[in-house]
Amino acid sequence: MSIDLNSKIATQVAAIPRSGIRDFFELVQGRDDVISLGVGEPDFSAPWHIREAAIYSLEQGETSYTSNLGLLSLRKSISKYVTRQFDVTYDPEKEVLVTVGVSEALDLACRALLNPGDEVIYHEPCYVSYSPSIIMAYGKAVAIQTKVEDEFILKAEDVAAAITDKTRVIMLNFPTNPTGAVEPIEELEKIAKLAIEHDLIVISDEIYSELTYTGDDGMSRIDHISIASLPDMRERTILLHGFSKAYAMTGFRLGYACAPNILTEAMMKIHQYSMLCAPIMSQKAAIEALENGDAEMENMRKAYAQRRNLLLKRFKEMGVPCFSPGGAFYAFPDIRKFGLSSHDFAMKLLEEESVAVVPGTAFGKAGEGCVRACYATAYDKLEIALDRIEAFVGRL
Amino acid sequence: MEALLELLQQNARLTNSELADRLGTTAEAVAARIAAFEVEKTILGYNAVIDPDKTESSDVSALIEVRLRPEREGGFDHIAERIAKFGQVTSCYLMSGGYDLAIIVEGPDLREVASFVSEKLSTIDGVLSTTTHFQLKVYKQAGFLAETENELTRLPVTP
Repeated sequence: MSIDLNSKIATQVAAIPRSGIRDFFELVQGRDDVISLGVGEPDFSAPWHIREAAIYSLEQGETSYTSNLGLLSLRKSISKYVTRQFDVTYDPEKEVLVTVGVSEALDLACRALLNPGDEVIYHEPCYVSYSPSIIMAYGKAVAIQTKVEDEFILKAEDVAAAITDKTRVIMLNFPTNPTGAVEPIEELEKIAKLAIEHDLIVISDEIYSELTYTGDDGMSRIDHISIASLPDMRERTILLHGFSKAYAMTGFRLGYACAPNILTEAMMKIHQYSMLCAPIMSQKAAIEALENGDAEMENMRKAYAQRRNLLLKRFKEMGVPCFSPGGAFYAFPDIRKFGLSSHDFAMKLLEEESVAVVPGTAFGKAGEGCVRACYATAYDKLEIALDRIEAFVGRL
Repeated sequence: MEALLELLQQNARLTNSELADRLGTTAEAVAARIAAFEVEKTILGYNAVIDPDKTESSDVSALIEVRLRPEREGGFDHIAERIAKFGQVTSCYLMSGGYDLAIIVEGPDLREVASFVSEKLSTIDGVLSTTTHFQLKVYKQAGFLAETENELTRLPVTP
């Protein structure tokens, strides 16, 4: 007798659609002529001093479990860094939880906070795991569609309109993957006010907060403001951050959550039974990153800034509308004038010019009309990719 | 350091318009800024960073520690400037610590460098002592590794 395995899959898991990124990945994979602007990670290896710290840790035979929360020495470094970067302070003993990437922290936060049917407001286009993380925690994902006309900032009035008596959480990600949007402080303040007024928790994923660009030459950093640092917000915010982007440590799989003790404790309950702890060698490397990583981080940020300048200039010359993204390492050009859907544009560009960009719709339906081009790509390759895109749009 | 200087230090062969693309400015503005740097001697010159082990050349290079007697007027400057002007001296720095000048001397062979040290350098009034270290192999020079790492392999499409 044959078994129907599909019927064995839990309903909420079966309901999650296949990732649009994965479809696209399979098309690109195995083609070595492709220049990919479709990646979501730095093109740099982790700086040597960080790798060296991981190697040294292994040489010292540090291969054990750590405390569930993570090494206290790392939590102390995180606490110090978070005070410096976000202007809000957490007790390293009980308000910092080290996780396996921000993705795990996001999952923990959802599972710790949501009862079945609770609503979470988040903004699309967004990182691909937000909605699935909410759904797998039995929550209801309530997407707000941000618009290219607003440069993909989240309007507080749209948040207000989405709030119901079931709303429990507002989820934010600024600077945003995939758009590079940075939330203006006025909107952030209004959103904070709404959270307080309606007694909501805010989950704020600020993984790209170091990678910001401003000034005439795009070379300066925007002073990042975390919603956790706004008045009365620390007590109702889970601040998520990690090492993948600014320190180019994606493969180390290390992130953290900072939140008041009761929330940290709730997330820790899940973390201790599912993950136990993050890998010790990654934790050791992360201490080195926090204590001595500023200079190399700034070098990488400047390299991104230069590529961003090139990309924006070339898009402008080609007549591809693209707002100037304040953060991350993505541009999200508006391709509507070419009369193709995001998906068709990306497919055609891949077929005809061997350049991979990700269709905006992979990040939610608000991404229709745009594609994500990642400029964390070697400068010379980026130049070639832009030449090919220019030839492509010239034919459309 | 200004971004333009950092870029030139990494790659002085970039054209003005390539520099401008990276810095979000115009080629004209870059040209004017570079000209100003050259006039005010912020930019002293341009050279290629060459790994001598990969060339046919049998030139040798030595780092020489020099102890000096400072002069009542001008301290080390006068004598250091005299030493720096020798063609064999490719770099010359005033140092803190156990000696005063670190100089790099290049020559066609060991003997030439040795004779420069004994006949020219040591005989300068004010030079108290020298210690010569010959360079054996280059691992990194002016910010560039002799053996570069493999290019990072990433998945072509990731969220």
